[in-house]
Amino acid sequence: MSFPWANEYKPSHPFMQWMDDRLPLPRLVFNSVGAGYPVPRNLNYFWNFGFLAALCLIVQIVTGIVMAMHYAANTAVAFDTIEMTVRDVNWGWMMRYAHANGASMFFIVIYVHIFRGFYYGSYKAPREMVWLLGVVIFLLMMATAFMGYVLPWGQMSFWGAKVITGLFGAIPFVGEPLQQWLLGGFAPDNAALNRFFSLHYLLPFVILGVVILHIWALHIPGSSNPTGVEVKAESDTVPFYPYYVAKDGWFIGVFAIVFSLMLFYFPNSLGHPDNYIPANPMSTPAHIVPEWYFWPFYAILRAFTQDFFFIPAKLMGVLAMFGAILVWFFLPWLDKSPVRSGSYRPLYKKFFWFGLIPAMAVLFYCGGAAAAEPYVMISQLAALYYFAHFLIVLPIVSAIEKPLPLPYSITESVLGTDEAAQLAPSGSV
Amino acid sequence: MARILSILVGLFFTVALAWSFGLGFYTWATDPAAPTAEHEFHLHPKEVAFASDGAFGKFDKQQLQRGFQVYKEVCSACHSLNHVAFRDLAQLGYSEGQVKAIAAGFQVPGVDPTTGEANLRPGLPTDYFPKPFANDVAARAANNNAVPPDLSLMTKARHEGPAYVYSLLTGFQAQPAELLKEFPDSKTPNGLHYNPYFANLNLAMAPPLTGDGQVEYGPGNPKPTVDQMSKDVSAFLIWTAEPSLDKRKQTGLAVTLFLLFATVLGYMAYRNIWAGKKH
Repeated sequence: MSFPWANEYKPSHPFMQWMDDRLPLPRLVFNSVGAGYPVPRNLNYFWNFGFLAALCLIVQIVTGIVMAMHYAANTAVAFDTIEMTVRDVNWGWMMRYAHANGASMFFIVIYVHIFRGFYYGSYKAPREMVWLLGVVIFLLMMATAFMGYVLPWGQMSFWGAKVITGLFGAIPFVGEPLQQWLLGGFAPDNAALNRFFSLHYLLPFVILGVVILHIWALHIPGSSNPTGVEVKAESDTVPFYPYYVAKDGWFIGVFAIVFSLMLFYFPNSLGHPDNYIPANPMSTPAHIVPEWYFWPFYAILRAFTQDFFFIPAKLMGVLAMFGAILVWFFLPWLDKSPVRSGSYRPLYKKFFWFGLIPAMAVLFYCGGAAAAEPYVMISQLAALYYFAHFLIVLPIVSAIEKPLPLPYSITESVLGTDEAAQLAPSGSV
Repeated sequence: MARILSILVGLFFTVALAWSFGLGFYTWATDPAAPTAEHEFHLHPKEVAFASDGAFGKFDKQQLQRGFQVYKEVCSACHSLNHVAFRDLAQLGYSEGQVKAIAAGFQVPGVDPTTGEANLRPGLPTDYFPKPFANDVAARAANNNAVPPDLSLMTKARHEGPAYVYSLLTGFQAQPAELLKEFPDSKTPNGLHYNPYFANLNLAMAPPLTGDGQVEYGPGNPKPTVDQMSKDVSAFLIWTAEPSLDKRKQTGLAVTLFLLFATVLGYMAYRNIWAGKKH
């Protein structure tokens, strides 16, 4: 679908005409990321991060395929094959650092993308499906990143795998057999490493598939925008090409500069030094921490230190850790405010900037810190707000809040006036 | 209905967290964790500068050669260097002939070509540094039940690795009297050595660099003080952990300059295309 004023694909070259009659792939591209896709003219730079996320996925797939050419998923040699790649393969060090830091860049981009969605209400009708698929992508990314981190078979790889797969052991009755079945043994070993490698290679392509669905679902209603007011007329939009190709294009440059500074000058700053020690099941690291992008959820896992009635603390932690992400699936139905954009929601905006963002920042910090006081207590308060925000604050705020008046249209918000607005009955949106 | 359900689920998690927080706070307030000797006496690595520091830093090959000499004459008695081959030493500025001579100076495991039995033969440039112990059991037996870690990646395997190695080598000292006064049970056990830069304060390694001139540097080099030798071997271990460091920074400079240029062009194209389109 598209707006009625969208440019139509008209192949000029006879070959493109021939192609269009048989396999209209160029038409699909034209209508998806070309001149045939009208996009709101008022998108700000937070809307660039979707395009960047797609770019990150491609970077990870390309560098990952090259890494896999030199890697052997065997506990006896896995660590050495990575070192061999870094030392003896031409540009191997760059591939390795690009893949490891690329994962971090991917998560930075995706967190901005998700929080853009929170603030601007991107999850609301008619874009629920875009949002749901996005949460699926995020879950798949976390699974992929977790298994990827295990592959070098360093100390944190092994102990991280042990802790995370140990979570399944918290499930009542079936937990322990399930955990052994997943690992193919009593602890992470060769069987686990092999299946992690297999899945780590598979899942990115599953992600790619869901990304295509995500973009497809997005193209039905079209992109949201910072006012949250739906597109009404041609003056509200510009064609994706050349306008947003140019905007995304130069911003890719900014992203690439940040990425290359990380890769070439601080390649190990986001990794844990312990992962340069080969895995040793007999020696537990002083602090087992996952990669930084898991810290908020790791903090939530560790925040449950007491049994709650008949539920063991560990099970509560596991429920909460998964629940913290699963709750995003329900967001379109928890936040019932008809206004999308946080800019026109005074109360929601306060809870977003002074509640959710600080809580998330604290969870990030505490998840990476040692499991000692006062970090545990601080993370408990932050986690408490996190759950209250989504499950209690949002439903109540959306019921009692009086939103600010919305502009009649995107055009009016940009130009200060819209001819069509003069003709429309006052107050209609 | 959905609203009530969501608030109930929200209360479930928040009350459970409040319960955990309340009990944790009570314990923390009434029965705070006792201070430990590690917590109070462990020191962060010292400040130390290396030629390879910073965006434009490069290895000082002369220093790497000195560091290699320290490794060869001191550290290699107990510590392996598994990921480094003799051929890699060419990067330190040694000629092909020198690399061959260095390799030949090490005995590496081989196979007797006539009997097929395991033996030792002089090393070739393609060989890796031989391990000082046959296995971990032998290593433990010879080192007070501790396995000397492999050094190839040491400067990347510790927080602030190069400074850590330098601080550890220069940080051996007598146990402070205040420590024993405050923690009478924390006396350094027999056979271990006190070093505040080590995570749990006592390590099995005896001070390896004990006197100035322990390694004899050739003419034109600085005086081999303990401090100088420690710095040199730390620099050498930066190289063993990251041989591509120089190339990485050079590539980074070229890539970043190119990207800056491309981004400015891209920005100008963007401004040009959007000119006249208010947004």
